[in-house]
Amino acid sequence: MGAHWLCCGNYFWPEFSMEVEADGSVALSEEPGRRRRVHGMLKLYYGLNEEGKAPDQPQSLDPCDINGPHFDPELYLNKLRRECSLAELMDHETCMVKQIRSLDSDMQTLVYENYNKFISATDTIRKMKNDFKKMEDEMDCLSANMAAITDFSACISGTLQDQHAQITKLSGVHTLLRKLQFLFELPARLNKCLELQAYAQAVSFHRRARCVLQQYSHLPSFKGIQDDCHAIMEKLAQKLRQKFRDGGTSAKDLSECVELLLQLDEPAEELCDKFLNHARSRLELDLQGLEAEIKPYPAAVKEAPARKLSSPASAGSPTDNSPKTSSLPSPTSNTDILEFIDRGCNEFVSSLCLVITSYQELFINHAQTGELASKNIPQMANGKLHSFVDDLTGRYFLLVERRIQEEKGVGDNSLLVRALDRFHRRLQAVAKLLPGSAVPNKGTEIVIRAATERVKQYLSALQSFYMDSLTDVRQALATPRLSVAGGGAHLGGPASGRDAPTSLPELLSSLSASILNQIKSVLASVHLFTAKDITFSNKPYFKGEFCSQGVRESLVVSFIKFVCQSSRQFCESAGDKGGSTPPALLLLLSRLCLDFETSTISYILTLTDEQFLVQHQSPVTQVTTLCSEAREAAQKLLNHYVKVQGLIISQMLRKSVETRDWVNTIEPRNVRAVMKRVVEDTTSIDVQVGLLYEEGVRKAHSSDSSKRTFSVYSSSRQQARYAASYTPSAPMDTNLLSNIHKLFSERIDIFSSVEFNKVSVMTGIIKISLKTFLECVRLRTFGRYGLQQIQVDCHYLQMYLWRFVSDENLVHFLLDEIVGSSAHRCLDPSPMEQSVIEVICERG
Amino acid sequence: MEDDAPVIYGLEFQARALTAQTGETDAIRFLVGTQSLKFDNQIHIIDFDDENNIINKNVLLHQAGEIWHIAASPADKAVLSTCYNKTSDSRVVSCAAVWRMPSDWESGSHESPDDSAHNPQTLELLCHLDDSSHGNAACVLWEPMGDGKRVISLADNHALLWDLQESSTQATVSSTATLEGKGQLKFTSGKWSPHHNCSQLATANDTAIRGWDLRTMSQIYCIENAHGQLVRDLDFNPNRQYYLASCGDDCKVKFWDVRNVQEPVKTLEEHSHWVWSVRYNHSHDQLVLTASSDSRLILSNMVSISSEPFGHLVDDEELSEGEENHQEDKSKEPLKDSVVSTYEEHEDSVYAAEWSSADPWLFASLSYDGRLVINRVPRALKYRILL
Repeated sequence: MGAHWLCCGNYFWPEFSMEVEADGSVALSEEPGRRRRVHGMLKLYYGLNEEGKAPDQPQSLDPCDINGPHFDPELYLNKLRRECSLAELMDHETCMVKQIRSLDSDMQTLVYENYNKFISATDTIRKMKNDFKKMEDEMDCLSANMAAITDFSACISGTLQDQHAQITKLSGVHTLLRKLQFLFELPARLNKCLELQAYAQAVSFHRRARCVLQQYSHLPSFKGIQDDCHAIMEKLAQKLRQKFRDGGTSAKDLSECVELLLQLDEPAEELCDKFLNHARSRLELDLQGLEAEIKPYPAAVKEAPARKLSSPASAGSPTDNSPKTSSLPSPTSNTDILEFIDRGCNEFVSSLCLVITSYQELFINHAQTGELASKNIPQMANGKLHSFVDDLTGRYFLLVERRIQEEKGVGDNSLLVRALDRFHRRLQAVAKLLPGSAVPNKGTEIVIRAATERVKQYLSALQSFYMDSLTDVRQALATPRLSVAGGGAHLGGPASGRDAPTSLPELLSSLSASILNQIKSVLASVHLFTAKDITFSNKPYFKGEFCSQGVRESLVVSFIKFVCQSSRQFCESAGDKGGSTPPALLLLLSRLCLDFETSTISYILTLTDEQFLVQHQSPVTQVTTLCSEAREAAQKLLNHYVKVQGLIISQMLRKSVETRDWVNTIEPRNVRAVMKRVVEDTTSIDVQVGLLYEEGVRKAHSSDSSKRTFSVYSSSRQQARYAASYTPSAPMDTNLLSNIHKLFSERIDIFSSVEFNKVSVMTGIIKISLKTFLECVRLRTFGRYGLQQIQVDCHYLQMYLWRFVSDENLVHFLLDEIVGSSAHRCLDPSPMEQSVIEVICERG
Repeated sequence: MEDDAPVIYGLEFQARALTAQTGETDAIRFLVGTQSLKFDNQIHIIDFDDENNIINKNVLLHQAGEIWHIAASPADKAVLSTCYNKTSDSRVVSCAAVWRMPSDWESGSHESPDDSAHNPQTLELLCHLDDSSHGNAACVLWEPMGDGKRVISLADNHALLWDLQESSTQATVSSTATLEGKGQLKFTSGKWSPHHNCSQLATANDTAIRGWDLRTMSQIYCIENAHGQLVRDLDFNPNRQYYLASCGDDCKVKFWDVRNVQEPVKTLEEHSHWVWSVRYNHSHDQLVLTASSDSRLILSNMVSISSEPFGHLVDDEELSEGEENHQEDKSKEPLKDSVVSTYEEHEDSVYAAEWSSADPWLFASLSYDGRLVINRVPRALKYRILL
């Protein structure tokens, strides 16, 4: 530290360095590393003082630190002596001596350098003293000269005073003369300007002279000039008006023209009208161009009234519109809507904007600042402008709407959306120019209408898609159905019916997949309306109502309802013959509706809600209501399926009972073919239903074999009944027995609702068939062999039908009734032996 | 306002044929014909004592065969007609005949009710309505409100109009109509219209309903595919001449305006099996009775297509002004058609139901197991119609 102070001092104050020298003698011993430290210390001193201090401070407190300020030699020595051995002390001593020596020599060099600098400084000061003395003399001389110059200049200005006044006067006269000359030349100039068509020049000339002429008009000569000027200006105004009236000039020319006329004190209102009329005639052209783009035939029809409309508007202008219209490129009806809107925007909307800006520039902004107008001109002009814009945009909107209505195809929605976006975007320009105008709102309304219209179109497209796919399914069903009916081998075992109708689940999955895909693609298309980059998507309508009412309700919900409705119609319109709708289609649709209920509906609606972020402000159809509707439809279809299939089988049974002479029939040797057919058909129906519906629950008896249950049924119960019924002495017993029997069996609803499983469906069909059989049997009279034939047939049915139904007792009961009834209706009731029946049935 | 419990009467035999005794307007009386191949068939005359809720029965023997259809003469209480099956030489033939009840059947039963079951009297045959060339008879229809001189029988595909002479002991065919067409056509049932001077007949065959003009014996309208399957029965609205009810194997009951045969005016689908019989109440035509092989009987209140669509508001004078007024008024007030009640007393198929000719609030139904049930229109409804 001592070294540091020493070094710093060296450069500035030699005295100080001397003083430190005494101090530094102690520091002489620390020679090694000192050079390096010098610069470091300097740096610390000048810039980094703060940093340096912190580590230094604690270090320096140690009295044994040879470099610290609190260094105590006595302590240090004692410490050394205490701690070090003799050899170390010796080493220490030599080291210390070496350091002292080097510090000594350093100090000497520094003292020498300082001394030299001091000497040279004394020399310089001495030299400066001499130089200042010389300078003082020269300054004195300079001030004397300046005084002389001042005197001279005062003298000169005094002499020139008179002439100056004269010159000023002369120049005044000169300007006056110049002005007079301008006035006298004014008529000629104006004429010349007229010739050269430099109207702006002429008007500015006239304006400059007007006041003067007005002021001095009592002097005859001025009066003459004024009259001349007036005449000329009148002519000029005439010309300007003429030019203004001629339609051909560009908007820029026109506005210039108007500006000049305004400066010539033309009545602003008239000018406004004329300006607008002129603009109108040009915009009419654009509109007609647009109209021509719309399909030719409505355009031709509408052209007459359109021209009638335009003709009073453009009455003031001599230009006839019709040749121009005809010279337009022939209308190509096939321009797509984007082109059309583009054209509308580029031609009509942009020129409308141009008109609005120039009009506002001329009549409103100008009038507000300029002195030409009275106060109410801006308001008047504004009003005119608004009605003008409203009128024209109204017609433009009509055209646009007509064009949009022609967009019937639903193929590419993006084109329409882009067109609408462009349409809407360009109207924003008008809105900016004309704050408070109704135009943008109307434009938004058009967009909204177009969007709703589009949603409707999508709905009808979806509906027709659905109907088309149903037709496809029908066609697909038509082919394999033949093989189902005909291909069933004996008894229609599982192998027989399987290969042909495997397409049923496939048809179902492809149908539902294609419906889902179609809905998704439609949703995607409709979603374009609410895309972020579309300007109108942030309108409240598109954020709220469009999503909830438009897309969710009138598109998705309506479609689902339509599916349910049309499915239900199959049950009603198809009539009871079942001929028009193939039963397989009914089955398929009922499964489809059921799938809708379980998953599809909620999936679709969730998808919609997610995509469109529907906020349910207004009440919307709940998923549950839709689901229940779908379930209802599915139920109805399935019931109808059961009915149709049941009727087909009952028809066979009925015909077989009705057409036979049961009294005079031969002894049964075989099961009748129709029974085999019934079993076959039932089996193939079973296979068909099994393809789409789950098995369902059976009652516990189903493990019993057909044989065992039948033998029980026939040997005990039925035989007992037979015995009772044919004991002639006890006619009452019949009723008693059957009534008791019926007391314990539940009432059977034949055409009742079925559950969504195979067993329930099959039970329904078999119930219908057997009940028909029963009713038909009761209408006939049987001979002995007739009864036996029925016995055989019923046993055969019993053998095969029990496996299809949920509760085989039902089949037992109905077959029991059939045999019982036919026994009642038998002239000679002698039932066949059970064993014989079994043999016949097994053989058949 | 507790409704009276139904009264049940059991026959020993199975039965399908039921009719009210049309000529009797004082006593509540029904006739039931039995079906038995083994025993002599019977006609049960069921008298219902409304006061005491008791049934009195009398049995007459009908030895000709099992009875499929029965009809009572509107003029003479004692005269009735049956269609029956006769078995001879292992052939079954359906015949029709007009019978007279023995004059003393009533007194006899009162004296010894126990004996009547054992020694029933026999019906007296007046004449056969048979013509061998005309096949099996399905039903016999008396001229409604006539003098009991004219009957129509339906046999296979012929409709025969008979004149009964000499106190019905002789029957001659006065005119016939024949249904022509492909296949074996067969009338299943028919009804003689009480309107138009009794000059119209409606018949059912297969799924079609046909109207006939009896003066020319020619077809006047045809409702093709009136039902999805067989049409089982018909009835004319007693007060509205163009209205007709039908029922069939498609479990439906349909109401028709014969001036427009394309669409039914109304359809009911309440039954769960074939509907075998449909009957308008004779005085309050909003009440319609249907019987079905689902063992149920259903009473419906078809206000909207009745002749009194507003209930009993119209005065008698206004009634005479004609039908048109009512039809115009009909649109003013929406009325609810509804099922009044479902009767489940039967345990077998119900093949016939009839209103009593004496008491308009009472009806009988007959099921195959021989159970006859007499029921009344619920009092609440009765008073609503009356008041």
